[in-house]
Amino acid sequence: MKLSKKILTIVFTLVLAVALVGCGSQEKPKAAEEGKKDAATDKLKVAFIYVGPVGDGGYSYAHDLGRQYLVKEMPDIETTIVESVPEGADSERVLTELAEKGNKIIFATSFGYMDPVIKVAQKYPDVKFLHCSGYKTADNVGTYFGRMYQARYLSGIVAGKTTKTNTIGYVAAFPIPEVVRGINAFTQGVRSVNPNAKVNVVWTNTWYDPAAEKEAGKSLLETGADVVAQHQDTPGPQQAAEEKGKFGIGYNSDMSKMAPKAVLTSAVWNWGPYYVNTVKAIKEGTWKSDQYWGPISDNIVDLAPFGPMVPEDVKQLVETKKQELIEGKFDVFDGPVKDQTGKERVAAGQKMSDADMLSFDWFVEGVEGTIPK
Amino acid sequence: MIKLERRAAPSSMGLVLIPVIAVFLALITGAIFLYLNGLSSPKGITWGQVFAVYGGMLDGAFGSTYGVSETIVKAIPLMLCGLGVSMAFRMQLWNIGAEGQFYMGAFGASWLALTYPELPVYLMLPGMVLLGLLCGGLWALIPGIPRAYLGVNETITTLMLNYVAILWVNYFIFGPWKDPQGMNFPLSKPFEPSAVLPTLGSSRVHFGLVFALAIAVLLWFVLKQSRWGYEVTVIGESPRTARYAGMNIKKNIILVMFVSGAIAGLAGMAEVSAITQRMQQGLSPGYGYTAIIVAWLAKLNPFAIILVAILLGALQVGGYSVQTTGVPAAIVFMIQGALLFFVLGGEFFNRFRIVLKNQGKVEV
Repeated sequence: MKLSKKILTIVFTLVLAVALVGCGSQEKPKAAEEGKKDAATDKLKVAFIYVGPVGDGGYSYAHDLGRQYLVKEMPDIETTIVESVPEGADSERVLTELAEKGNKIIFATSFGYMDPVIKVAQKYPDVKFLHCSGYKTADNVGTYFGRMYQARYLSGIVAGKTTKTNTIGYVAAFPIPEVVRGINAFTQGVRSVNPNAKVNVVWTNTWYDPAAEKEAGKSLLETGADVVAQHQDTPGPQQAAEEKGKFGIGYNSDMSKMAPKAVLTSAVWNWGPYYVNTVKAIKEGTWKSDQYWGPISDNIVDLAPFGPMVPEDVKQLVETKKQELIEGKFDVFDGPVKDQTGKERVAAGQKMSDADMLSFDWFVEGVEGTIPK
Repeated sequence: MIKLERRAAPSSMGLVLIPVIAVFLALITGAIFLYLNGLSSPKGITWGQVFAVYGGMLDGAFGSTYGVSETIVKAIPLMLCGLGVSMAFRMQLWNIGAEGQFYMGAFGASWLALTYPELPVYLMLPGMVLLGLLCGGLWALIPGIPRAYLGVNETITTLMLNYVAILWVNYFIFGPWKDPQGMNFPLSKPFEPSAVLPTLGSSRVHFGLVFALAIAVLLWFVLKQSRWGYEVTVIGESPRTARYAGMNIKKNIILVMFVSGAIAGLAGMAEVSAITQRMQQGLSPGYGYTAIIVAWLAKLNPFAIILVAILLGALQVGGYSVQTTGVPAAIVFMIQGALLFFVLGGEFFNRFRIVLKNQGKVEV
């Protein structure tokens, strides 16, 4: 009992001590900071919150490249980032704080921020919130995403042309519609040039786990795959392919630096132009809440430069298909599309609706694997 | 010549000083990192700016009513998980599984909220609390029973069951509990208002705080005043003594693991009910692991756990807050890691004394 009292006193003193040290050193710089703020009040403040660290080399990194592009294009704005924000209790606080600190536009770049964005947006009607990959909107909340499946389809063509074993591996994060759609689009691409090829799917249940994702890549290569694609935020699967002397298709940003001998190409996000257009529209007062799902013609998704091992005719073919997608001559899930069991899901001559694509929960023919339900 | 000598009893000075020194060393480590990080930026950095970062953290965590309330929100699961693991640690049971017990508690509570949404609030909330406690406790028994009867190392089993618990919950939110209106995203339906714990005014400070405070008092009372608490302490300090004294060690291992897990489970219940108000992924950003630091830094004292949880909650809230001035997120994790490192390192000096041989002290 004596002991516990003592410890209590210590901890309390400690808290006070830290508090005092903090307060003491805080005054001057804070005043300086406020001065800085005053000088910059006319600058439009734009904030970004990321689910991973900016240095993940994947999803959050791609968003941050977009932010950097925005800063370059619009030097008169001020951007703030908050990284590694979990999708539980923290996101609501971080969003509130960013709104409190005078940010007029907040880009929330991960799906799990959806409910908090809607909640906080109600309290700050003069702040515009843009939520990536969700489906809830409000007067001051818009959603945005890109039709990554189109770039996936193109990368599938490269994989289908490259494989010798007709077995392609796909390391996938979670069985959510976005990922399922990507696998399906990739497979459609593969089978458009190589109807005998199969795509084997392995779920990792992580977005960002370098070791697990690399292991998953290895296991696919060991069971016969000679090309590995991925829906993950680390280049782990690409590195596995590099080590085994096989090939891979990267994702998020150009992954060729991490595995130069393996990466055929990467399906990449290119958020910059969207960020510039949106911030401009809000600044000029022409912005209206909407659900933007940008196609490849907006350049929001694309393929990274091809690796040196990709032959010229394949590059040509991909370029042709890309042009057709851009011009809207066809889309990835134009019928007929069959599912794994051979059942026709989209009839010939039909197009798949956005709503169906956004809630994909079945695999197309050619995918080997199951969606846990 | 320097020699190490085991102390007969841990130094009481050490008990006082170690947490204090650990905190300061951790802050200094963080400061050095911030300074080096600043040096590589084009603008450079001064030590004044480094300390301003700590000032900014403090301001973010305690500088406003909102900051304080959010610090407490962040501290509640840390308090409960910290109290939970401290119970096991006291008996030298290394329960690293608070994270999984947290998820299972949230799972049990969600099950009730989603399966019987029409229950009135006076049945719903107590039911959720009960299921939270029960599921967390039972989850801890899975490693607890083999530990008691077969001596299976609980450090490893509790840790591994964390992943199992998270995958178990994932199975439900990707499958049977998936919100039909959720476009196939892994979210459960939102809870009915009857399944949401009350909060303080318009803040997010919720009833979980009362749970934490009550359990702290209860644990303190049990440990200091009850026969059972005495047994737990004796078993922890010397199992052999306990055996000679006729204490039932097996029974106590099982009981303590259950209580430890149940408290962590309650943390999960409170978080899912009051904060996310639906079952989803990423419910805990590692509360169960941070709780281990909380428990050690507080020297397993229930009241100190409450305060240390607030301190670490503040560190995280403040950490996110200073990110807006360009400080990387990693700083908070670094300081946390350094804290545990220095606390555990400090334990060493608490158990041993350094003796200079030529000063003529008696050697052991």
